[in-house]
Amino acid sequence: MASTDTRVTGNAGPGGPGPTVDTGTTGSPDALAGLEAGLDALETRPVARTPLGRMLLQKAVPPLVAVVLVLVLWQLAHHFELKESYQLPGPLDVAGALRDMWLEGTLLSYVWTSISRGALGFAASVLIGTPLGLLVARVRPVRAAIGPVLSGLQSLPSVAWVPAAIIWFGLTDATIYTVVLLGAVPSIANGLVSGVDRVPPLFLRAGRTIGATGLRGIRHILLPAALPGYIAGLKQGWAFSWRSLMAAELIAGSPELGIGLGRLLEQARELQDMSLVLAAILLVLIVGIGIELLLFAPLERRVLRSRGLLGNAG
Amino acid sequence: MATALIRNTENSPDDADNADHTVDADGTDVSVPYAARLDHVSKSFGRHGARQQVLDDVSLDVAPGEFVCLLGASGCGKSTLLNLVAGLDRPTSGTIETTGHCRPALMFQEHALFPWLTAGRNVELALRMRGVPRAERREEAERLLELVRLKEAHGKRVHELSGGMRQRVAMARALAQDSGLLLMDEPFAALDAITRDVLHDELTRIWRETNLSVLFVTHNVREAVRLAQRVVLLSSRPGRIAREWSVDIPQPRRIEDAAVADLSVEITEQLRGEIRRHGQH
Repeated sequence: MASTDTRVTGNAGPGGPGPTVDTGTTGSPDALAGLEAGLDALETRPVARTPLGRMLLQKAVPPLVAVVLVLVLWQLAHHFELKESYQLPGPLDVAGALRDMWLEGTLLSYVWTSISRGALGFAASVLIGTPLGLLVARVRPVRAAIGPVLSGLQSLPSVAWVPAAIIWFGLTDATIYTVVLLGAVPSIANGLVSGVDRVPPLFLRAGRTIGATGLRGIRHILLPAALPGYIAGLKQGWAFSWRSLMAAELIAGSPELGIGLGRLLEQARELQDMSLVLAAILLVLIVGIGIELLLFAPLERRVLRSRGLLGNAG
Repeated sequence: MATALIRNTENSPDDADNADHTVDADGTDVSVPYAARLDHVSKSFGRHGARQQVLDDVSLDVAPGEFVCLLGASGCGKSTLLNLVAGLDRPTSGTIETTGHCRPALMFQEHALFPWLTAGRNVELALRMRGVPRAERREEAERLLELVRLKEAHGKRVHELSGGMRQRVAMARALAQDSGLLLMDEPFAALDAITRDVLHDELTRIWRETNLSVLFVTHNVREAVRLAQRVVLLSSRPGRIAREWSVDIPQPRRIEDAAVADLSVEITEQLRGEIRRHGQH
């Protein structure tokens, strides 16, 4: 069946290596290496990063302007008494309330009580949500069984769990953590599921060919590949745990539970102290935004940039 | 058709290299005469009703150190065949044996590099999966990247590399498996012509330096003749071996070589004949 074909392939260049094409033809290693280096140089572009000063100017100035604008409008509304002064205190009154708390030494303890609860609840949610998400993503019967429930739970406001949790656990920490977990676990699990779903099958095939199968495949291929979706889930999970925590603290109050920001809010309402209410809202907002900005945003940016998924790469 | 074979005398080291390959002094070659052996392999997909046969009774040996190109139009089951040899899928009937001490390495049309790792770490991951101790991985990865002439790319991310560079890193990662058999599934099809040409040279060089067996799938006749020692033509639906040619044009070849062109014309005629049969049916 095989037909053989033999041919003249000697380079007709008379007398030694001729012009450039010829050196390439003879496959001289240097010529090939040079050609390749040239191609590489032509096809890679240097990535310019915006200088820090200009980035700050672009990123930090607009939100600052917006904050100042809100403060000015608020001050004006207060000044012209759109509402009675006890109903609408000015920015300075709220700042005063914050200062008083600071001087009493209670401000940090309120914030800490809530943050430590939030962090603990979030950590527990990650520990539960991650394996759960992995199971739902990879085991078909599990997905069929609880996948829809899991995404359905995401749209259920976790405040709805507070009465049930109080009946189960009374006014204890367990109640608060139950509500936080029910709020955060579904979004963390769902984030991981959608992260895994979006992993290109090619990566899994490539992983299998280099011998990354079973648990090693999950650890070295599947999880890192699903990381962007997972981080998005974590981010949302944090927002949900923080919200659920505030709702739980607001409703479930008892002396043993200590005073977190949610409880502070409720106490301020009982005292009809609007400045304190606004100060507490401000603190809840600052902690929520702060954690997102200081923890999750840089993490997400780093992961996306290292994979070339951030738009401004060049 | 046959004419005298003239070798470029200026390249005596290369000639020695060439001779080395055909003789193959490696001891294992005597006991095991193949790197991969496909014995009456058939493959069908689907259940009884809509059963579709993709491969029909394919028998093929790839000798140690041999470079074989599988050529065929679409629907000939080339990629299915590679998946079977790679162990990613099982034949419906027949057997496939590979003699390497681990799974064959597989390269895809897309580079399939992991974007969360640097180029070097991609290679190191393959070494790690092979069981190379941590202390040796970095050095070995650097050696492999140097082999594909990308030593400076070790710390680069995948998205910072050009298409050709990515495929070379993928090649380094495949070589890191040290399996002795490299399966390539149209690895250069997505590259521009200039880069593809350079990578042909590169692959030929690496193949000759490493004593690797290569099973290369393509639908590009010229590419097959440019690279292979043996070109195997598959017919389509179901894929069967229609004919094979041994290519004795000495390496390094160029895709523009007259000898490459002549044989390509002959193979293309045959390929077109195979395709025409489907129209008459």
